[in-house]
Amino acid sequence: MSTVQEVVTEAPAVEAVPKKAMTLGYGTSLVVLALLIVVPLFVKNFIIFQMTMLLIYALAVLALNILTGGSGQFSLGQSAFYAVGAYTSAILMEHANINYALTLPLSGIVCFGFGYLFGKPALRLSGVYLALATFALATAMPQLLKLNVFEPWTGGVQGLVVTKPDAPFGLPMSQDMWLYYFTLAVSIAIYIFSVNLLRSRSGRAFMAIRDNEIAASAMGVDVAMYKTLAFGVSAGITGVAGALGAIAVQFVAPDSYTITLAISLFLGMVVGGVGWLPGSIVGSAFIIFVPNIAEGISKGLSGAVFGVLLFLVIFLLPHGARQIAVVAQSLIGKLKKS
Amino acid sequence: MELFTNQVLAGIATGAIYACMALAVVMIYQAIDHLNFAQGEMAMFSTFTAWQLMQWGVPYWGAFVLTVAFSFAGGIIIERLLFKPLAKAPILTNVAGFIALFAIINSVAGLIWDFTIKQFPTPFGSSPFLGSQLISTHQAGMIGVTVVLLILLFIFFRFTRIGLAMRAAASLPESARLVGINTSWMIALGWGMAAAIGSIAGMLIAPVVFLEPNMMGGVLIYGFAAAVLGGLTSPFGAVIGGFLVGIFENLAGTYIPGIGNELKLPIALALIIVVLVVKPAGLFGRPIVKRV
Repeated sequence: MSTVQEVVTEAPAVEAVPKKAMTLGYGTSLVVLALLIVVPLFVKNFIIFQMTMLLIYALAVLALNILTGGSGQFSLGQSAFYAVGAYTSAILMEHANINYALTLPLSGIVCFGFGYLFGKPALRLSGVYLALATFALATAMPQLLKLNVFEPWTGGVQGLVVTKPDAPFGLPMSQDMWLYYFTLAVSIAIYIFSVNLLRSRSGRAFMAIRDNEIAASAMGVDVAMYKTLAFGVSAGITGVAGALGAIAVQFVAPDSYTITLAISLFLGMVVGGVGWLPGSIVGSAFIIFVPNIAEGISKGLSGAVFGVLLFLVIFLLPHGARQIAVVAQSLIGKLKKS
Repeated sequence: MELFTNQVLAGIATGAIYACMALAVVMIYQAIDHLNFAQGEMAMFSTFTAWQLMQWGVPYWGAFVLTVAFSFAGGIIIERLLFKPLAKAPILTNVAGFIALFAIINSVAGLIWDFTIKQFPTPFGSSPFLGSQLISTHQAGMIGVTVVLLILLFIFFRFTRIGLAMRAAASLPESARLVGINTSWMIALGWGMAAAIGSIAGMLIAPVVFLEPNMMGGVLIYGFAAAVLGGLTSPFGAVIGGFLVGIFENLAGTYIPGIGNELKLPIALALIIVVLVVKPAGLFGRPIVKRV
């Protein structure tokens, strides 16, 4: 049996996305940014909280997008990195009394290391095998956080309560609003970082690996290094998102970070458009609001309504929100000509 | 030593469940080249159908045959309606489709039959098998059915025209089309067969884990793990993988200190990853050589 080998020309799991198509134009970016800055001034605290969560999940989806859309590696284990980030930040704040803003980079670094190390054995796996390995990580994480050994720090099943920071310098803002703007600033910084990363030498290496690994290595790309690097960067950003999430929700517990979270982030990426960074916020909006809408339509059948809505989206837009952007762009182009 | 033998026997008994599910997983993987995340829910729905038929007074084997036929048709209908239009969409979009299907079936089954646990009858009885306390006649019957199913599948794929056509359509769709195989219908047929095998797995598993809409969650994860461990290209490997996962899970729970029921799953998955790192195509899978 083993002498028979299948020779296939395998299509890459993720289609090639031209580099320019991965971002928005300046004009559109500024409009979106202006909306994100102005809207919270006019809405209630609860909606501000939801918008904060929108940005946080958008960051997590963006991180997955760099990994999958950028380097072509598939992960169902993002919830594990999110959990590590959340716990790192919560433990530093509650046990070491470190300022919340300083815990973010630390969470990012811890998760980067964790993701980088996880990327090492994952190097040998691809496709469904990688999916299973990351999936295993996601299912193991809540159980590991519950272990008795770590209980003095993690609080075991009970989790940890995190204090919400006040606005600094006596700014006349509610805690929610301050946290929103803080999250927004972090998100913008990370977004700019990600866009530049994908435009850099490393970003081109990621994409070469995504499109054809063997050809990339023949061109002198250090495949192993860049694949683990992509895992590390993705995990680091997810960790920062997790830390922000812990501060916003004011609570970390093992069961908030199950495989369901990882699947949601994956859905967010598909709905937003794989490999299209601005789509992350659209995907994030989908995974935050659509389950609520589904529940509103029918309580008993909320799962079915959610599934039907998801089917509608992928039937109409198999390439996610990116498709709308592409159509809009060509329309604007036509208008400018005429 | 007696503890060891007992744990191995118990592992084989639970492994039979995983083997059944893994077989269904590999079947659909052969046909469509994706892992179907909704497979477990499809099997659960079929099992509820069988239960409903029996509530209406249909005898066990009658319900069994009707359910397998219903699932076969259901699998084909799902493929024609929902996944054929997505055939050209990116793979990840298809995966999102599986997740949507999962949510729909789970929620609909919950609405029709609610979430209370139901008993499901077994045709084999539940007395101890050959005097052993650990394996009941039902579990022995389950192993028997899995083996028979495996042999039938082997004969189907190896010696029938349509089995050959399905293998061709899965491994090289374009060449298969050139020699006149209707690859689109081969995929539908693969869905139908996977759904039918899943329904058999569901009906065999239900007496052990009890019938409720979420019964398949854990089983499917182990089924995937078993299929990947055995090699996704090999139905035989899937069954062996199922038994191995069952045995290992039990042994780890017994011999490694500090592992309760909670950590069994992560440990089993960790072992599988170790195996995959050493043998990336699974224990019995054929390595795939890529052409640049």
